[in-house]
Amino acid sequence: MSTETIAVVWAGLIAFAVLAYVVLDGFDLGVGILFSAERGAEDRDTMVNSIAPMWDGNETWLVLGGGGLFAVFPLAYAVIMPALYPTILGMLFGLIFRGVAFEFRFRAETATGRRLWDFAFFGGSTVAALCQGLTLGGLLQGIHVVDRQYAGGWFDWLTPFTVLCGVAVVVGYAWLGACWLVWRTDASLQSRARKQAAVLAWATLGLIVAVSLWTPFLNPLFMHRWFGWPGILLTSPVPVLVAVIALVFRMGIAREHHLTPFLCALGIFVLCFAGLGISLFPLMIPPDITIWQAAAPRASQLFVLVGASVLIPLIVIYSGFSYWVFRGKVQAGAHYH
Amino acid sequence: MPALDAFHLARAQFGFTVAFHIIFPAFSIGLASYLMVLEGLWLRTGKQVYLDLFRYWIKIFSIGFAMGVVSGLVMSYQFGTNWSRYADKAGPVIGPVMAYEVLTAFFLEAGFLGVMLFGMERVGRKLHFFATCMVAGGTFLSAFWILSVNSWMQTPAGFGVGPDGRMFPTDYWQVIFNPSVFVRVPHMVLASYLVVAFIVSGVAAWHLLRGPSTPAVRTMFSMAMWMAAIVAPIQIGMGDLHGLNTLEHQPMKIAAMEGDWDPSGPDGAPLILFGLPNMEKERTDYKIEIPHASSVILTHTWNGRVPGLKEVPPGDRPYAPVVFWTFRVMVGLGFLMFGLGLFSLLARWRGTLFTSRALHRMALLMSPAPLVALLCGWMTTEIGRQPYTVYGVLRTADSISPIALPGIATSFAIFAVVYFIVFGAGVMIILRLMAKPPRAGETGVRTDLPTRTAGIHPGLPGAVPSGTGEVSTQPAE
Ligand code: HDD
Ligand code: HEM
Ligand code: HEM
Repeated sequence: MSTETIAVVWAGLIAFAVLAYVVLDGFDLGVGILFSAERGAEDRDTMVNSIAPMWDGNETWLVLGGGGLFAVFPLAYAVIMPALYPTILGMLFGLIFRGVAFEFRFRAETATGRRLWDFAFFGGSTVAALCQGLTLGGLLQGIHVVDRQYAGGWFDWLTPFTVLCGVAVVVGYAWLGACWLVWRTDASLQSRARKQAAVLAWATLGLIVAVSLWTPFLNPLFMHRWFGWPGILLTSPVPVLVAVIALVFRMGIAREHHLTPFLCALGIFVLCFAGLGISLFPLMIPPDITIWQAAAPRASQLFVLVGASVLIPLIVIYSGFSYWVFRGKVQAGAHYH
Repeated sequence: MPALDAFHLARAQFGFTVAFHIIFPAFSIGLASYLMVLEGLWLRTGKQVYLDLFRYWIKIFSIGFAMGVVSGLVMSYQFGTNWSRYADKAGPVIGPVMAYEVLTAFFLEAGFLGVMLFGMERVGRKLHFFATCMVAGGTFLSAFWILSVNSWMQTPAGFGVGPDGRMFPTDYWQVIFNPSVFVRVPHMVLASYLVVAFIVSGVAAWHLLRGPSTPAVRTMFSMAMWMAAIVAPIQIGMGDLHGLNTLEHQPMKIAAMEGDWDPSGPDGAPLILFGLPNMEKERTDYKIEIPHASSVILTHTWNGRVPGLKEVPPGDRPYAPVVFWTFRVMVGLGFLMFGLGLFSLLARWRGTLFTSRALHRMALLMSPAPLVALLCGWMTTEIGRQPYTVYGVLRTADSISPIALPGIATSFAIFAVVYFIVFGAGVMIILRLMAKPPRAGETGVRTDLPTRTAGIHPGLPGAVPSGTGEVSTQPAE
């Protein structure tokens, strides 16, 4: 394989890791965001228990995204982290609170303690999602680099566009979370989740449209990709597919399907992600660092690629096994520690 | 002492977050192995007491592990947030090694953790034991990879440096199996075992001191005391090997650890037991020495040569006052642990293992000792590496991110507050769990909670919530 091809393969693998992270942790962060709307103690426990066995595995994709970037695109890692320092740290703080809340809320001995950790669970999930959106927006709008290091100011990451992205991610994750609950819970919790999913779907789609219309104006390259020839051949099916999936989703909700809404939500996320990929390629960091410029030497990339090509399928298999072990509806339980 | 600038704050912040992080991995690595042993013994012998202990400790494990995961997540991004120049220059060499850690270790731990914690009823005993082994194996692999990375930073090998100062790998075999990995990995893994052995024995001793002893408490005390008696002396031997390795590859670190300013002459070097290294005056004040001892320890000969800090210019010397003392605390505690191990052997031989209050008091008092030794060991290692991040190749000053003082100061302040609140709460919860003795018919991690899903689990454990919320379940199957 040529050095250029390896770099592209790696960009694809990292994109896969980030996508896996977004959809997997997306639904479990979404469940955390929806916590605010759920008052019943029992239903809250059911919500947490529906994701307790998998959240750690889901979050590991984020470590792979970051670690993979460090390994094969060290320049990108070295530029993005300082540039988006506040949003990255904000995300980490959010994930800390929500990660420990899984365990702590069940161990709280007083009602106040429990409420506090419940709030940490909701707040941590929401902040993490918001910061991920801000990070995405900050990357898309471009990073000012001089001499291989970030050279922008403190608040470059904070613009109307990034805030829009932040809100979109929070709403989108909440939607994924609601669809997950429709699939994995039953009775009144499920029917509430179904109503939430229906509303959140429209909100998410609206925000996606807003972000998509804004993005081409950030960078002439994006504009050319989306509306120029021959890019439009590749890009025009994306909105069409989104519309089709949205219709299927509506039908799934109306007929009270359990799994269809979740699959549709996943589909929309995958399409958005593909759209992003189309805009960016071959840029790694807009406006001008490409995949090839950011790439580590060939030997580094090849060394990890050999392992990754065996290990990633293996990981998918045993993670799938773990999901399978915990399949089925999560039941409301009556007894706690 | 250093001024308060972005550079020193970034270092302090990194040191703070990694020192918090390492507490939990050390606990998880040791405890995962202990749980694996307990479950294995239960499967082999069928004795309830092992299952009770397994279920007692797995609750504590789940909390410690969660804290390890979230604090570790922070670490994996700090190489970019705090050390972005380092990431750009050294990333091509060590990034891939860390990627292997994610691919082989983190996913393994995380993938099987759910089954280990919540899956006993769902997958059956054999498969459950397999999951426990995978989690334990994952923690071990993770330790191996990250220590390989750290060892490479101490004793770099298998790389070249390009004209722009960026490093590139030439031989990954040498990068991974660099000269100090063979001492660092065993020393750290043994340290984790000691951490857990002493915490388990401390908890057991607490319950032995407080009330009538139960079989579970006696079993765990006995197991932990065996570990202390066996592992502590091995650790001392491993530490000795580690010192020889450091002498060969990082002589200035040894000079700082020993407080030696001038390289020793034909008469060998004395061991400075205590003293105050003085960086300005270039000497060690108030020292108490044992003639020849340093030569004997470090070179295993009577008059062997030991290096001194004056061999390099002041700007290249590690800050000896800290390293000197952290090293002594670690070694001192190591010998105390060995002492406790010997005491337990004596008590065992006399038949007073479960009745000697002196032994129990000492075990309780010493339960945090390995953690303290472990942190001191890391400080010796890391501060002794200064002023380099990659020893002899890349200076710490050339590794830092372009983040200004206010940014680092703000984030450091938030880290400090968040860590003390979150991990403080976690430690309180763990201590509360430890304050209760393991009981017969101990429940596992919320097996009494609705993580099960409908319809497909054989024989739900009888739902018998009592006033305290404890439920007694038989192992399912
Ligand atoms: C000797 C062991 C050791 C050392 C020195 C470190 N870690 Fe660690 N780390 C572990 C041993 C470990 C572990 C045993 O594998 C943990 C602890 C508990 C756990 O969940 O896994 C872990 C968790 C953990 C996680 C979460 C993994 C997950 O999602 O399951 C990350 C991202 C890191 N670590 C990263 C780091 C980095 C970047 C370090 C260096 C600065 C570091 N760790 C030092
Ligand atoms: C886990 C236990 C560890 C502890 C307690 C620890 C402790 C410390 C401390 C106290 C410092 C600050 C030293 C100084 O600035 O004078 C430091 C710095 C550093 N450590 Fe570690 N460390 C640990 C593990 C690691 C590992 C595993 C790595 C790499 C894989 C690592 C990489 C670094 C780096 C890059 C720095 C920053 C540069 C520097 O200031 O030296 N550390 N560490
Ligand atoms: C009692 C005899 C001991 C000796 C002679 C000894 C020696 C050493 C030496 C020479 C280093 C290396 C510093 C460096 O060159 O980087 C080290 C590091 C370390 N020690 Fe010890 N040690 C002893 C006991 C212990 C104990 C009891 C623990 C913990 C329970 C411990 C934990 C550590 C850790 C975590 C490190 C840092 C990681 C590493 O570099 O391996 N040590 N020790």
